[in-house]
Amino acid sequence: MESGFGSDFGSAGGAGGKLDAGLIMEQVKVQIAVANAQELLQRMTDKCFRKCIGKPGGSLDNSEQKCIAMCMDRYMDAWNTVSRAYNSRLQRERANM
Amino acid sequence: FWMGSSSSGSAAGGAGAADPQLQRFIEVETQKQRFQQLVHQMTELCWEKCMDKPGPKLDSRAETCFVNCVERFIDTSQFILNRLEQTQKSKSAFSESLSD
Repeated sequence: MESGFGSDFGSAGGAGGKLDAGLIMEQVKVQIAVANAQELLQRMTDKCFRKCIGKPGGSLDNSEQKCIAMCMDRYMDAWNTVSRAYNSRLQRERANM
Repeated sequence: FWMGSSSSGSAAGGAGAADPQLQRFIEVETQKQRFQQLVHQMTELCWEKCMDKPGPKLDSRAETCFVNCVERFIDTSQFILNRLEQTQKSKSAFSESLSD
């Protein structure tokens, strides 16, 4: 299984005037990465707001800010743990097929 | 949601069918996206089950919980598919008459 990262697919259209598939593929990868980052941020914000903000005050106090900062790091830890666990499971499933 | 750009659409339209490289790329990226989406979804679900108050680090109990959560989620998904398949089979006479 290819990793798909980097330029496995170089410039497909070498000849002048032909559509550069390689460039398009790179651009699509960037768009996908951006979309994933946005999704992560959106869910993280939701979760950390729920965990850290009780009754909304006039501003974010120090304890709330500290909580949010820790929460962000924990969410990333959780995300990475889930990603690893899921990957392991997938590999195990493939090995059993 | 993952392919909002129309440039890739027109590329796939004209070149996709003829260009196996592009076709392969689309397959690979689609697969990767499915993985990512599930990670997002499971992280969200398992956070609710495994996380109390966010601390300075992810303790081993929470980490174990997340790992278990992923495994049980996949088990649940497989269970549902299997059972659905079984109930479909037992009703096969019924569903065959429907598909006529």
